[in-house]
Amino acid sequence: MKVTLRELTKEFPSRNKKSKEKVVAVNNFTFEIPDGKLVGLLGPSGCGKSTTLNLISGLEKPTRGRVFFGEEDVTDLPPEVRGVGLVFQNYALYPHMTVLQNILFPLQNLKGDKKLTKEQMLQKANEAAKLVQIGELLERRPSELSGGQQQRVAIARALVKMPRILLLDEPLSNLDARLRLQTREELRRIQRETGITTVFVTHDQEEAMSISDMIVVMRSGVLEQLGLPQDVYDDPENLFVAKFLGTPPINVFAGEVKNGGLYIGKQRVLSVRGAGDGSVTVGIRPEGFIPREGGALTCGLTAVEVMGRDTSVVCTHPNSLNSGIRAIISSESRHGVGGDTVSFDLKPSKVHLFGVVNENRIRAELTPPESEAGA
Amino acid sequence: MKTAYGRSLPRRKARPGHKRGLKAWLYLLPAILFLGFFMVYPLVDVLIYSFEEGYNSASQTFLGVGTYNYSYVLHDPYFLQAVKNTFVLVIITVPVSTGLALLISLGLNSIKKLKELYQTVYFLPYVTNTLAVGLVFMILFKKTPYTDGMVNLLIGLFGGKSVDFIDGPHWAKMFVLCFYTVWVVLPFKILILTSALASVKQDYYNAAKVDGTGKWRIFTRITLPMISPMIFYLVITGFIGAFKAYSDAVALFGTNLNAAGMNTIVGYVYDMLYGDSGGFPSYASAAALILFAIVFTITVINLAISRRRAIY
Repeated sequence: MKVTLRELTKEFPSRNKKSKEKVVAVNNFTFEIPDGKLVGLLGPSGCGKSTTLNLISGLEKPTRGRVFFGEEDVTDLPPEVRGVGLVFQNYALYPHMTVLQNILFPLQNLKGDKKLTKEQMLQKANEAAKLVQIGELLERRPSELSGGQQQRVAIARALVKMPRILLLDEPLSNLDARLRLQTREELRRIQRETGITTVFVTHDQEEAMSISDMIVVMRSGVLEQLGLPQDVYDDPENLFVAKFLGTPPINVFAGEVKNGGLYIGKQRVLSVRGAGDGSVTVGIRPEGFIPREGGALTCGLTAVEVMGRDTSVVCTHPNSLNSGIRAIISSESRHGVGGDTVSFDLKPSKVHLFGVVNENRIRAELTPPESEAGA
Repeated sequence: MKTAYGRSLPRRKARPGHKRGLKAWLYLLPAILFLGFFMVYPLVDVLIYSFEEGYNSASQTFLGVGTYNYSYVLHDPYFLQAVKNTFVLVIITVPVSTGLALLISLGLNSIKKLKELYQTVYFLPYVTNTLAVGLVFMILFKKTPYTDGMVNLLIGLFGGKSVDFIDGPHWAKMFVLCFYTVWVVLPFKILILTSALASVKQDYYNAAKVDGTGKWRIFTRITLPMISPMIFYLVITGFIGAFKAYSDAVALFGTNLNAAGMNTIVGYVYDMLYGDSGGFPSYASAAALILFAIVFTITVINLAISRRRAIY
């Protein structure tokens, strides 16, 4: 089922009763979630992700705009007839019911010609339990389950009535790190097996990047960028998106474009074509640094952290806008890095230019400085 | 009865015993002294009195030891009337007040405007003196040579016959007593249940809503089980409180409750001690212990049921 949000806006009255100003949680949202995809709604906390999810589920009514499931306008429909499955951040399993009773609960609500016999309900519940691999836990109560198991029960409960859309609110945030990795693979598998269009909310970019077919980056109620995870990472439209995606985060420098070159400090690090002269903000991905003696960018060396496959070089530069610069290099190229300073060449594809004031991407053709010198 | 104090004794294995045990008893000493003096000793004393036949409090003498006191009390028509009254009171007021409190709490929980105001209004009777409330009830229900009272005026308005609620038939008096009791105990129950309802997380309701659960089903399958521990608490304390009712009857019908046929078990105990027919501490003790046995049995049954039903 395709989901379309059209100019969706949700305003809440301000908490401060005296001010008439409204809090805009979701601002003029328009995008389309393709059928059968797993979509990650990503953004810092308080950016309106959960509100967007609630608007899709019908728990909140939009102030303006429409929500479509397929071609059907569901904006004015209450949640129960929309056919959505919702998994809450704290799972909201009913503590006084067993796992089986929890999973059966949505089925027992069905009325009219959708009504099922006891055998049909049990069969469906067992299927859902099998899908999330909790078959042997059916007689337990939620309090007797681990966080990961509770999570699975919550997903089974959401899936058992075969929803048109599955919505997950921060599904992994209550799990420990190891379980989170495991569960996110599980989520991916379940989504693939059922083929249900799934939207999940997260503030963890790694989580979103790793399992989503498509990510939607939000900031304070505004859609910043959407697309394939790798595309958004490689081609951010503004500094916020560039900063939000990637671990370790992108390194940001104050730079300048002049004479067809990009300067950080006094060093000409890349050649630029297609950008006007002036100050720019330069973002360089950690993997965009190639250590080379006499390289284009010289930094003060703070520490070299060896982490097996990769090595992380922590260094400083007067023009850096972060507290420190972190470059990820392969462990083989680590040799030769030492002393007080370190020099790098930059991979042009990992360097992005942004406006200093509006922070929007400046699209320009970047090439290594030598090529121009040779031309 | 307060054996729970014994349980708080430290029983850690880390530091071996005697000195620590001694210290614990030393800390407990003030409490043990007070409880022993004002609770355990009188209780034991009551037990002894109840088996001393023909006890005279002035001369501190008694004729013999036996169960005559119990047999006298159990054959006293006043006592049997008091037991009947108490049971009627318990059986009517506990379910009615708990049910009403639940309804009102649900109402209070679902309104948004003026919620605090309503909560305060419903809580007001709790801080009002029971005797003052009794006076108000008298004015509402009592028939005097000048007026039939508010309630009778209302009954008359709808074409009914006026009833003497204070000095009239037993059922009418019982009705007033039950009405009064419900009114007095309601605020506390509302307070407890509104906070219990408010503590049920919104997520459960949202989850149920997304799954298309009907309102009644949400109430019976989610709300009720979630607040069931509090309901059981209210039922158990309600039973105990209603069994111990006395001042309510006095507030409505005066101190000569036997004559009015409206005595309660506690009232009977009081009358046996200090009333016009009083001066019989042995009978009073026997009656008090019978009451204790009843309350104890009912509470044990209640707890057993609540353990089985309130699961989490």
